[in-house]
This record gives sequence, structure tokens and C-alpha cells, in this order.
Amino acid sequence: MAKTSYLCWSLLTFLLAFSTQSAEMPLNMTQGVTEISQQVYHLHMKIFYICCAIGVAVFGVMFWSIIHHRKSKGVEPAQFHESTKVELLWTALPVVILILMAIPATQTLIAMEDTSEADVTVLITGSQWKWHYKYMDHKVEYYSLLATPRKQIDNKLKKGDNYLLEVDRPLVIPTGKKVRFLVTSDDVIHSWWVPAFAVKKDANPGFINEAWTKVDHPGVYRGQCAELCGKDHGFMPIVVIAKDQADFDQWIAQEAATQAAAKAEEQKLLSMNMSKEELMALGEKTYMGYCAACHQPTGMGIPGVFPALKGSKMALEDLPGHIDIVLNGKTGTAMQAFAKQLSLSEIAAVITYERNAWDNNTGDLVQAADIAKAQKP
Amino acid sequence: MSTVTTDPHAHAEHEHHHGPAKGLKRWLYTTNHKDIGTLYLLFALTMFFIGGAMAMVIRAELFQPGLQIVQPDFFNQMTTVHGLIMVFGAVMPAFTGLANWLVPMMIGAPDMALPRMNNWSFWILPFAFSILLLSLFMEGGGPGFGWTFYAPLSTTYSSDSTALFVFSVHIMGISSIMGAINVIVTIMNLRAPGMTYMKMPLFVWTWFITAYLLIAVMPVLAGAVTMVLTDKYFGTSFFDAAGGGDPVLFQHIFWFFGHPEVYIMILPAFGIVSSIVPTFARKPLFGYASMVYATSSIALLSFLVWAHHMFTTGMPVFAELFFMYCTMLIAVPTGVKVFNWVATMWRGAMTFEVPMMFALAFIVLFTIGGFSGLMLAITPADFQYHDTYFVVAHFHYVLVTGAIFSIMAAAYYWLPKWTGHMYDETLGQWHFWCSLISVNVLFFPMHFVGLAGMPRRIPDYALQFADFNALISIGGFAFGLSQLLFVWLVVKCIKGGEKATAQVWEGAEGLEWTIPSPAPYHSFTTPPEIK
Ligand code: HEC
Ligand SMILES: [Cu+2]
Repeated sequence: MAKTSYLCWSLLTFLLAFSTQSAEMPLNMTQGVTEISQQVYHLHMKIFYICCAIGVAVFGVMFWSIIHHRKSKGVEPAQFHESTKVELLWTALPVVILILMAIPATQTLIAMEDTSEADVTVLITGSQWKWHYKYMDHKVEYYSLLATPRKQIDNKLKKGDNYLLEVDRPLVIPTGKKVRFLVTSDDVIHSWWVPAFAVKKDANPGFINEAWTKVDHPGVYRGQCAELCGKDHGFMPIVVIAKDQADFDQWIAQEAATQAAAKAEEQKLLSMNMSKEELMALGEKTYMGYCAACHQPTGMGIPGVFPALKGSKMALEDLPGHIDIVLNGKTGTAMQAFAKQLSLSEIAAVITYERNAWDNNTGDLVQAADIAKAQKP
Repeated sequence: MSTVTTDPHAHAEHEHHHGPAKGLKRWLYTTNHKDIGTLYLLFALTMFFIGGAMAMVIRAELFQPGLQIVQPDFFNQMTTVHGLIMVFGAVMPAFTGLANWLVPMMIGAPDMALPRMNNWSFWILPFAFSILLLSLFMEGGGPGFGWTFYAPLSTTYSSDSTALFVFSVHIMGISSIMGAINVIVTIMNLRAPGMTYMKMPLFVWTWFITAYLLIAVMPVLAGAVTMVLTDKYFGTSFFDAAGGGDPVLFQHIFWFFGHPEVYIMILPAFGIVSSIVPTFARKPLFGYASMVYATSSIALLSFLVWAHHMFTTGMPVFAELFFMYCTMLIAVPTGVKVFNWVATMWRGAMTFEVPMMFALAFIVLFTIGGFSGLMLAITPADFQYHDTYFVVAHFHYVLVTGAIFSIMAAAYYWLPKWTGHMYDETLGQWHFWCSLISVNVLFFPMHFVGLAGMPRRIPDYALQFADFNALISIGGFAFGLSQLLFVWLVVKCIKGGEKATAQVWEGAEGLEWTIPSPAPYHSFTTPPEIK
């Protein structure tokens, strides 16, 4: 089945005469790596073949008629214009075909929507323009951002193999286990899609959707946000690594330990002050990673959409307001809360950066302790 | 079908006392269905090129991976406004223009029933589209949330041009509703004596049903944009969960409009093809009655399938099943139509002038669009297809090689009647073949790109999609250029050419072919009698 389908599709492409150039792009839907994704693939092929058969029949008759029933051949046109029998037949026959199609589709659909009895649950939250993963049964959560360097997008650097399909921190799941995804959003609607799992679920702000997968083989699987979510919709990929249970256990234990240690470190840092150079360096890195998509690397923003921070009143004068908006965001706007996304020192650094970069030169230094104070215990 | 007993030349005598006014005033103040039809058609053609120019920007950016020509923000504005212009500015006004020209002539009426409203419904359109286009130059840019304007991207997170977008959609809606009322009133009241409903030409029938769809769903669209407006500016929370609303509610409302809308853009096309195929096959349409019933059932079913656009939003399984089954059912009446057209050709005596070529291309390519539609109806598979280029391929097959090809076919078919001259057949064939080849280079590979996993509405993509996108862009540029041939041909045909007879086409039947070409400014001032 797989082979014939591949042949069929390559033939089609060959007819279009560009089969040689695109060796890497699969020409068909992926079979994926789960039982469900295989079922979906076979459903897709089944309906495709049915359509082909109908197409061959209908277009065959049509072209036969075009070739043989033309005026230039001197034929006299017939005058028949109805036949109840024929018309009933070609109404009833499609109904039967459709019913045959609907049965397997219904079975697959019901299986796909059964999210019960999951072994692992991950809360997936989309926001402009990154994904956040939280393991519900472990103390592990983190953001996952596009890792492709800006220079590659701007054609200043050669594009890597996984251009636009690479992230800094992939989602990790165990193989052979039913993994349940709870999908939601912090701002606009996104859609979490990994083709290899045949999972595509919208992330709706204020609501939680469910989906699940069970991956049999370890591997790296890539996907993208599928619902238009604003400017950088094309730049919020998804990478999932499936590890076998032992590796997964090891990974998650280590991750939990690292995150706990980071929190402890954070507390310790509260009593220490960072130098201006340190703050500016960390601030620039944070700014480019988390803020520049909207406020732009130049700090000039996009007029009418994202405000400039260069020369802005808040960045020059209102320090408490500045800390507040970065920590808590501003409801009803695209300015999101960063309290949960960034560490205290990163927030301190990015604010310091914004108050001293691009000729803002206020000389203000903000320390992690200032942020902790503003955050209220 | 209908036959006429009156002498067509009897009407010509009435003409001299009341011709068109001169100059610009003729067009501004006109209440003549032919003038208004012409205005609609020229407006649609202009919009087709403006929307097309945006498509060229999109394809130029997607020609290679990386960002070269436009930034993502502007890219989104291009896809959004391209969609809005093509749907509301090109396809719908073109069909309304055809209705204006043809419905009165086909039913033996002197004009549309509500001529002043007719003038209004056209002349508000240029304002609607000026507002929309000018909003692109605002600070913050024009609408960039897709033509489907899903909340909250279009509410909380949109730029201030949203207000202008809302007003312009309101004006488009008012125009469409007025146009639809006019069509219905005309058809119900002004049919020539003896023309019963089941004798009406199919173009009249399909427009009649389309007009009801318009009246049913344009107010729903108006409601949706108004809620977007109040959510954004007046503190309501229809689509904001924080205030007790639901963003998915927006999609239900939008697609309750949006799905019938796609039939609004295809039913008149069915009517056109049903007029053209019998003419060039020199054989009556097969299954006239079943065509009428099929059109009606498609219209009714179109109200029951809206959520097939939303399978991934997270609906209960039973709802997904319901919408899947209803969507699959639409294939039945649609199939009946295609079978009827093929049966009409069967044992006819066909010739292949340009209108017939476009109609044949329509039948094949629209059917391909129908096949991909059937595939999309299968919910589990739709999870993979949804929001990818597979969907883009699907709806461009039904809208470009469907709706637009039918409009092209109609233009070629009736141009001699409108201008009094035959168009240049050689040039027309060139236009057809260039369009046919380029449109398939443009849209066919999109199926593969979509299946391989490329999401729609992205300005940049992974490297594996590069070759196909380059090819698609080349097809796009070629298709765009080919349409210039059409403009050249129309201009040539208006200016002169071989004189057209009243009947124009050997096999043409129907009232519009009984009056001289060009159709006199006033036709059927006394109704013909239909046996
Ligand atoms: C998704 C887009 C987006 C991102 C990412 C973003 N912002 Fe903002 N930001 C906004 C918007 C929109 C506003 C304007 C809010 C309003 O309407 O007042 C804003 C406002 C601000 C302001 C107030 C500006 C003024 O003069 O009023 C500051 C300060 C700010 N952002 C800092 C940041 C920092 C620091 C980051 C990164 C950690 C960041 N923003 C990331 C969209 C964004
Ligand atoms: Cu997104």
C-alpha cells in the first residue's frame, strides 16, 4: 500500500517535471510514528483513491465525449434531456460510497478523542510567539523558543538544516506511554501541531483543550504553530523528543533538580548586586530573546502596534511603572506578563538595559532585589 | 426550457426617445440594469487586479526561504486584504454584475425591479474598498488578522485600522443585501407571462437561491464585525474569556456566515456553466429539474456544515461527527451537477469556443477542488490538512478555477451580446491556455506542499519547501500576466470587431439571444410571451 501510494504520487510529480529538484520534501502526508497517525494516513489514502477512481470515471466519460461527439466529426446532436433511472442511480451510488467512507473515519475519530487513562500529562500554553510546557506530575516547566538565528532569517547567514524548525528547549516525552496534552493560550489563538503524531489542537485563551499521543520509537519530531497568531506566527516551531522511559526518567529528574537549584540561586542573588556591565550583558541577551520581536532590536518598536522604548517616557522616568509592566504585563494588550517567564535577575537586567541602551542613558541600575520587592511576597 | 413567440425587433422601436445620458453623469445617476451591470463588472475587474497585485507580493516573498521583500507584519496584511478583496471585491461584484445584465434579459423584464436601490448598491462599493485599501497606509498598518479575522487577534491584539475594516465590511454587506433583495424581487415579480419558475434559465434559478443565502447570512457577518468592534473599543467581552465570553464563539458566528458564503460564490457559477455547456453541445441541458433540486439542497445543507472549518478547535465528538456527515452529504448534490453536465455533453455536437473551454476547465478543476473538499471533510484527516497549504490549494481550486473561471466563461459567452462585437477568438484561446497551464502550476503543487506539512499564512518556511514554493511563485506570476491578455481582449472587443448576430452562438437558446446585439439600452419594454 505504502509503496503503491508513493509510486502514484511520484508519478504525478514526475508529470509536473520537477521530481529531481525536491528530493527531500515528502510528497504525501506523513505516516507518522503513532498508531493513530498511521490510521489517519490510511484514511487519507483511502479517500484519495476513491476520489481518483471517481475522477477517472467521470473525466473519462467526459473526454471520450469531447473526442467523439464533436461537431467537426459531423455528428447530429441527440436530444435526450432526462432519465429518472440514471439520475436516481447517480444520487444513490455516492451515498453508498460515502457511508463506506464514514465508518472507518468515525472509528478513528472516536479513538483520537479518547484522552482517558493517560500516563503523563503536559500543559501546553501558547503565547506570542513561543510555547510553554509544564509537566503536571513533576516540578518542571519551561518556555520553548525559536532557535534559528535572526541572521539566517535575514539571509545574512547560511540557513541551517532545521531552519525555522528548531527550538532552544524541546518538549521531552517518554515512548510507549500515553501522553496527554492540555492545550491553552495566554493571548491569541495558536494551534499546536506535530504531523508525526497527527495531533493538531487549537490553543484557545481561557479554555483548555485535550489531545493525546503514544509514540513508539525514540526520535525528534518537528512541527509548527498552525493558527495565524500575529506577526511571528511563522516563527514559533515545536520540537518534541521522544525518549524511552529510563532516559525520560533520568532527564526529568535532572531537569527538576536544575530548576530547583536555579530557584535557590535566585534567592541567594537577592543579597548580591550585579555590576552595570553584567546587567547590560544579561539584559541585552534577554531583550533580544524575549522583547525584540515586538519592540525591535533598535528599541524603536513598530509605530501604531508596538511602542518604542527608545526615548519613551516610561523608560526614561517612571521606574516603578516600568518594573510593573514587565512583571505583570498590561491586560488587553499584547504586552504580556514576564514574571513567570524570566528570572528575577533577567527582569532586573532587561529593565536596566532598556533604561540605558539606545541613548536612553538614565544611569539607573535595577537589581534582582528591587524586582523581588516590587513583586510583593 | 423557454421559447419566444414575439418578434424581437418589435422592441427596438421604443429605444429612440430614451437613451443613456452623456458623460460621467450617465454612470453616476444611472438606474439602467445594463449600465449598472457594466459598472459592477468593471469594478470587479479592477479589484481582481488589485487583489492580484497583493498575491504577487505574497508569491514574491515566498519565492525563496528567508525574508526578502516584506516584513511579516505587512505579509499578514497582504494575505488578509488579498482575501477580502478577492471575495468581496472581485468574485461577488462580478456575479452581481452578471445578474444585473442577465436576469432581466433572461426573464423578459425591462429592468431590475428596484432600479434606484440598484444604483445605490453599486455606488457604495467604491467607498467600502477605498476605506479598506487606505487603511493599509495607517500607522500600525491595515488589517493583518486574516480574512477570517479570528478574535482575539482581531480585537485585543489588532491595530486601530480594525475600526475601518469593520465599517468597510458593513458597507459591503449592505451592498450585497440590497443587490440580493433586488434579484429576488425582480425574479418574483417581473417574469414574462408564461415563464413559470420551472421554465427559468438555470442562471436565474441559481442566482435566486444565492440571493436568499445572501439575505440569510450577510446580517450574521454584520453581527460578527460589530461584536469585534464593541469588544475592541467599547469594553464588551463577546469573545474574551476573561469577561465571560468565548473566542471560539467568534468562529461559530463567522463560519455560520462563511460557509454559505462559499456557496454564494459558486452557485451562480453552476448557473453559468449550465447555460454554456448546452449551447456548445447543441443539446438541451440534462436533468434540468434535478439541477434545481440539487442547487436547493446544496443551499440548505450549507447551513449545517459550518463547523467543518473548526474541527481543531476542540468540539465534542458527536458535534465533530455530525458536521463530518453533513459535509460529506454535500458531495451528493454536487456530484449530481457534475454528472448532469457530462451527460449534457454526451452525444452532443460539440464545438470549443473560448466560453466552452473555460466551462470545461471549470468542470474538471472544480471537481478536483470538490475531491479535496471531500478529503477535508474526513475529520481525522482534516486534523492533518487543516491550516496547511492543502487547504489553500483546495479553496483556490474552487474559487479561482471554479468561480473565476466561470466568470471568465460568462464574460466570453455574453461579451458579443453586450458589445455587439465578436471577441478575438485567437487571443481568447491564448488567454485560456495560458491561464489553464499557469493556474495549475500555481495551485496544484500546493497540495503536495500542504501534505508535506507547510502551514498557511507564513511569510517564511523550512528549506524542504523551497523548490515547490519557487515553482508555485512562477506559476503565480504567469497566471497574473496571462490576465492582461483578457483586458486587452475586452478593450479590443468594446472598440470593434466582427458584428455579432442576435443569436451569437449557433446553439444558444433563451430570451437574451432574441434581442439584437448589442442589447438595446431598453429591452423587453413589452414582455415577450413564453409558450
Ligand atoms: C508580543 C509583543 C510584545 C513583547 C514580546 C513585549 N512587549 Fe512590551 N509592549 C507591547 C505592547 C503592545 C505594549 C504597549 C501596551 C500599551 O498599550 O500600553 C508594550 C509596552 C511596553 C512597555 C511600556 C512602554 C511605554 O512607553 O509605555 C515596556 C517598558 C515594555 N513593553 C517592555 C517590554 C519588555 C522588557 C519586554 C521583554 C521582556 C517586552 N516589552 C516584550 C508588546 C510586547
Ligand atoms: Cu502561534
